[in-house]
Amino acid sequence: MPALEDLYREIILDHYRAPRNRGELPVPPAHKVEGYNPLCGDEVVLYLEVDGDTVTDLKIAGQGCSISQASTSMMSGAVKGLPVADARRLIRAFKALMSIHESKLEGDADGEDLRAELDGVRLGDLEALQGVVKFPVRIKCATLAWNTLQQGLDEIENDENGAKESA
Amino acid sequence: MSDDVAAGASVSGSGIPSRSERPMEAVKRDFPILERRVNGKRLVYLDSASSSQKPRAVLAAMDDHYRTYYANIHRGVYTIAEESTATYELARAKVARFIGAASANEVVFTKNITEAINLFAHSWGRTNLREGDAVVVTEMEHHANVVPWHILAAERGIELRWVPLGPDYRLDLGELDRLLDGAKLFAFTAMSNVLGTVNDVRALADAGHAAGATVLVDAAQAVPHSAVDVQAWDADFVGFTGHKMLGPSGIGGFWARPELLEAMPPFLGGGEMILDVRKDGYVPNDVPWKFEAGTMPIAEATGLGAAVDYLEALGMDSVHDHEQRLTRYALGALTDRFGDRINIHGPAGTDMRGGIISFGFDGIHAHDISQVLDEDAVCVRASHHCAKPLMRVLGVPANTRASFYVYNDEADVDALVESLVKAEKFFAV
Repeated sequence: MPALEDLYREIILDHYRAPRNRGELPVPPAHKVEGYNPLCGDEVVLYLEVDGDTVTDLKIAGQGCSISQASTSMMSGAVKGLPVADARRLIRAFKALMSIHESKLEGDADGEDLRAELDGVRLGDLEALQGVVKFPVRIKCATLAWNTLQQGLDEIENDENGAKESA
Repeated sequence: MSDDVAAGASVSGSGIPSRSERPMEAVKRDFPILERRVNGKRLVYLDSASSSQKPRAVLAAMDDHYRTYYANIHRGVYTIAEESTATYELARAKVARFIGAASANEVVFTKNITEAINLFAHSWGRTNLREGDAVVVTEMEHHANVVPWHILAAERGIELRWVPLGPDYRLDLGELDRLLDGAKLFAFTAMSNVLGTVNDVRALADAGHAAGATVLVDAAQAVPHSAVDVQAWDADFVGFTGHKMLGPSGIGGFWARPELLEAMPPFLGGGEMILDVRKDGYVPNDVPWKFEAGTMPIAEATGLGAAVDYLEALGMDSVHDHEQRLTRYALGALTDRFGDRINIHGPAGTDMRGGIISFGFDGIHAHDISQVLDEDAVCVRASHHCAKPLMRVLGVPANTRASFYVYNDEADVDALVESLVKAEKFFAV
């Protein structure tokens, strides 16, 4: 059995106790998106402000376990100020980090693809969440914020496309 | 075959002395899984409200069925098919006696209580409920007694009314008569799977009947832990599930009034549920087989019958008393140790309360608590417990639930408390 310290790294507990970028942004111009983990009732709320091709501001709200809330806090710090394309690359890299363990069981081919996603992406503090893969039931807690971010960016993109078409 | 079952099992039907003669360790020893160590620690199983562990007698009965007389039930004229059928029907008779039914034919087997309530919603509900009809449920219902009615509401516009929860974690019955006015169905739980609250089923059933409603009782948490008498309850439908009462998963069922069963159309169509099938139609089988289409969980029924034998030998009053003592001990131990820091979501005393304790700590999520407890092999559930409307009333996304059964003792409660101390330290702000 992996040790609890593998899961609850100090930096994770720090983000859990003192989450960064907590708050709300006026909607609009910000876009609000909510994500739920039906297993445990974890809830993530993101306020995204995208100006042109850049995530200019981001605030987080919601409630849940230490892993989901720390992951949300760390994500907010990593994504704020990034070009949207880089944010999307980071989402893919983080999800690859979370699923390496599973794909190893399925064969090496997928594992290689996942490693390719990670190449050249600096995860920094986010790597502290890597211990989560040793606790499979908690992976959904860690990825909730990232799936919600992806949904939010998709919605903003669709809104823009819709606006262009109708214009 | 039944001789073999009795001889082969360490604990068999009539051979078990009553609980008062049996030390706790003897009951624990009847459950092989409790010999297991997890993370080097003794397994402390406190999740019986979700699913119970199985005594040797149940495992032996199922094993014997598969090894010596397994065949499909009904229609076979060879010896082992007859034995298999007889044991399946004997299990029905045992369950019927266990819950106080007047006849075995009033008991229908299903996969579990979720299927039982869905069967009732599909069969009785679609026959009797029209647009605008009201179904009254309570805020402490499991999703199994909520979503089937949501489905009917979406399909045919029935109205769902909710009996609210009071500040004492019991149903607030102040508005009950108004809520029941004109209602077609009153569907409620005998015991909350989150709060441990035990409802006065007879009083609620009487109120429902006085308003002209049909009365459905979710007894998933009641049947395993107390002496249930469906005739004394005087409801119209009572659902139960086998895996929470020491039986295997895959079998549960319900009791219903004979006239209700006769009037209800079949749920699933297929083998066994017919008397005749022609190119232009079919004639349904008699009750209860009308509702048992397809090959049923056969060995599971045998296992459930053995579980009923085991519980009856312990004595349901003894089971109830044991859990009351343990719950009192646990409530005391938790509040002594954690004081105001622990929020117990349930009635304060053990009066009209079962062996389920849900709780939360400010600033520590249930998931994180149960993760630390797992390191000590303490098994609790951290979840919304399939009762999200109730969790919204409580104002929490999830909580941690410890629940007790015949094989738990004070040492299990002590292990829980010690592990919670560890969790609290780990997440100290």
